[in-house]
Amino acid sequence: MTRRKPIATGSDWNFEVLEAYESELARLADEYRLDIYPNQIEIITTEQMMDAYASVGMPVGYHHWSFGKQFLAVEQAYRRGQMGLAYELVINSDPCIAYLMEENTLMMQVLVMAHACYGHNSFFKGNYLFRTWTDASSIVDYLVFARKYVAECEERHGVTAVEQLLDACHALQNYGVDRYKRPSPISAEEEMRRQNERAEYLQAQVNTLWRTIPDRKPADALPDGLDTEEDPLGLHGGGRYPPEPQENLLYFIEKNAPLLAPWQREIVRIVRKLAQYFYPQRQTQVMNEGWASFWHYTLMNRLYDEGLVDEGLMLEFLQSHTAVVNQPGFDSPYYSGINPYALGFAMFSDIKRMCQDPTDEDREWFPDTAGSDWLDVVHFAMRNFKDESFIQQFLSPKVIRDLKLFTVVDDDQEDMLEVGAIHDERGYRRIRDSLATQYALSVREPNIQVYAANIRGDRSLTLHHVQDSRRPLARSVYPVMRHLHQLWGFPVRMESVLEDDGVARRYQWPLPDEEAKGH
Amino acid sequence: MTYFIDRRANAKHKSAVNRQRFLDRYRTHIKRSVEEAVNRRSITDMERGEKVSIPARDISEPVFQHGPGGKRTIVSPGNKEFVEGDRIRRPGGGDGGGGAGEGGSSNQGEGMDEFAFTLSREEFLDFVFDGLELPHLERKALVDLDEVRPVRAGVSRDGVPARINIVRSMREAYARRIAMRAPIRRALREALEALEEEESKDPVLRNPARIAELRAEIERLEKRLEAVPYIDTYDLRYNNLINQPQPSSKAVMFCVMDVSGSMTQAHKDIAKRFFLLLYLFLERNYEKVELVFVRHHTAAKEVDEEEFFYSRETGGTIVSSALTLVDEIISKRYPPGQWNLYVAQASDGDNWDDDSVTCREQLVKTLMPRLQYYTYVEITPHAHQALWEEYESVAAEYPERFAMRQIVEAGDIYPVFRELFKRRVSH
Repeated sequence: MTRRKPIATGSDWNFEVLEAYESELARLADEYRLDIYPNQIEIITTEQMMDAYASVGMPVGYHHWSFGKQFLAVEQAYRRGQMGLAYELVINSDPCIAYLMEENTLMMQVLVMAHACYGHNSFFKGNYLFRTWTDASSIVDYLVFARKYVAECEERHGVTAVEQLLDACHALQNYGVDRYKRPSPISAEEEMRRQNERAEYLQAQVNTLWRTIPDRKPADALPDGLDTEEDPLGLHGGGRYPPEPQENLLYFIEKNAPLLAPWQREIVRIVRKLAQYFYPQRQTQVMNEGWASFWHYTLMNRLYDEGLVDEGLMLEFLQSHTAVVNQPGFDSPYYSGINPYALGFAMFSDIKRMCQDPTDEDREWFPDTAGSDWLDVVHFAMRNFKDESFIQQFLSPKVIRDLKLFTVVDDDQEDMLEVGAIHDERGYRRIRDSLATQYALSVREPNIQVYAANIRGDRSLTLHHVQDSRRPLARSVYPVMRHLHQLWGFPVRMESVLEDDGVARRYQWPLPDEEAKGH
Repeated sequence: MTYFIDRRANAKHKSAVNRQRFLDRYRTHIKRSVEEAVNRRSITDMERGEKVSIPARDISEPVFQHGPGGKRTIVSPGNKEFVEGDRIRRPGGGDGGGGAGEGGSSNQGEGMDEFAFTLSREEFLDFVFDGLELPHLERKALVDLDEVRPVRAGVSRDGVPARINIVRSMREAYARRIAMRAPIRRALREALEALEEEESKDPVLRNPARIAELRAEIERLEKRLEAVPYIDTYDLRYNNLINQPQPSSKAVMFCVMDVSGSMTQAHKDIAKRFFLLLYLFLERNYEKVELVFVRHHTAAKEVDEEEFFYSRETGGTIVSSALTLVDEIISKRYPPGQWNLYVAQASDGDNWDDDSVTCREQLVKTLMPRLQYYTYVEITPHAHQALWEEYESVAAEYPERFAMRQIVEAGDIYPVFRELFKRRVSH
């Protein structure tokens, strides 16, 4: 039995104590092979935390009213006591910046360091999505560049013009990501240098594409339903521009919108780049929080086992931890969807359990995992999956039973909802499939792509929305189309296409006259 | 490798710009709330922030989202009694979208119809006075002004120790030391060279007397060098302050109110709000604002605030009595050279008929030339009487500095106030 020699007792902290705990955590994390970016831990006040919140945790950001709105909302909620500020905020950068609030107790500070500086940090560095899509070392530089560039544009073109442009870009930012291509990382200076070149070059290209006098020998495209006179042999018949549907709407606009000025294209690009940077985070909520919670739990327990923290601190920790990973039932007044901390923590803990103490069920369901080295398996899981595939791969019957998961099928062609599957032999796989699908971004967000730009006719832009299980678009489609129209400069249309290829509904902006009266 | 950085001392309010952008964008919404608040609030209650709500749909940031309908499968936790195949009635209205996890990317508190937030006191008052301009804000001219303010005016050779300019003093001392020591050093160097030369001669050729003389000289020079003071009284420099005449930043506001029997408490409350708005307004523009309360029926009297608003009188009305008193108080206590003078008068329009003419003459001849601004509000739903007509001719004579409006009910105050003080675009 170890003699208890806690580094500190009580709830007050100071920098020496934090450093002492940090180095202990570093030592333990190393034992568990947590590979991290260097940590930059910043102590801030409540007010600064609200600032950080409002700017989605970015240390610097361009100015926009929506961040002000965010700030007011956070402030209001905090003042009314509806919300404690999350006790930590961590930024995927190299060095990894984590914020600690000054009024946290000692326990909170240690917990946050374990959670953010070792949990999230190692996830950022290890997970394949982050490795592929984000460039931690250059993000802060890029943000500085973006802020400066937007500020310059505001000076030159007026705050309102920039604000409207940003509004439009923000409306489309979820469709400003490449899902399959990896962008090459570049530094901010490089970005600045390239930016000028790009502005000129781009404009030249766009000009070619949109030449007023039609080219007699169209290289690629005749949009649908255009006269065949120009192409009597049908050599280019059926061709569209773009030849393939484009999923990255903002990219398409940046490169092709006829009327945007170079600075506007650059701002579209900035929003697109930042959306791309946040893209992995949106796909790994469960894993990221689960991983961080799993490690703060493990590391805190190690600290206790070694006698470095006292019982009081440990009790306080357990209370806090339990609250974080609590999953209220669907019928609880506190229910607000599945808690990613709860699900993620349960899954990572269960992987460890299956490795250390497998049951027959585990051997049957996870022959590769059961009985293996748990550290290898959790690292493998952290590195190579996103929420969707992680659930598909690792959600065990035990977790389904513990959380008592069930599915409800909501079909608007039926009068009643139907319970599709519950936590029994017949239901495990179906629940797992449904839950994985629920976390797939491609299902969570409507599938919308650029289908055709009518470069010879009225220059209208046509989007296709491929309906998933007949789910239509919400009414927000109109304001978003209005924003899109603002960027594109010519009429925009949207066709909501059924899976079996019929067009279910058409939208367009500007609204045709008779419909305009209805809105 | 880990660094700890203490950022607590860094600037707060990093979001101040964004916050301001938001307020600017929803200016019209916020203004509406503020106006309602001004009308609703009790009189003593202006100096605090205000909760403002904006319909959430007006400020939403739209994104493409799934609408209700179609077929979806929702996974939820906490099953208690359901088994596969159970059929459940659809929850009223909604489609149980809560189960869809962090659906879409609505980054706002979901399900809120109103976006509510709190304006700080300053922001609130900014909105209250938005677009308003204090009439004749041009501060009192510099002539015959007694008001002075000390301002920095370079450095001087004399002053009090508390104002010593250390950098300048030390620089002077340094310059003096260089200047005073240079000739001594030069002499010293020459003496040393001579001595060395003398001593390097062949012993037989040396002149012992000369050497002794040089040694004495060197010693004398070294003493003199040491005697140069490090700092001397005439090195000292002081920050100089001179008194500069200042435009007056003081204002006095006369509240004049009819308290005759015809003025009810409701009338007085309306008047009070009007006075209060004016007071807040002046307070934001002047460093110091004094209030003088003058009430009158047939005779005028200067009273304190409590008595002004809440004691009741009966009897007739002679407005000119109040104007005379105001004039006297100005002459006695508030010389127009030093004070910006504002008068706000509230009345229900009653006056003894032949007194109204007196009022006009008094205003035009003696009072108006000394005032910055005169506002008159008549609180009555009825037709105007003689006083209004006479005042109209005053207004015609001083269109820039005399303003009058009619108020019928409390809700009118704020619009009238805005009307009276709205920014004049033309010059």
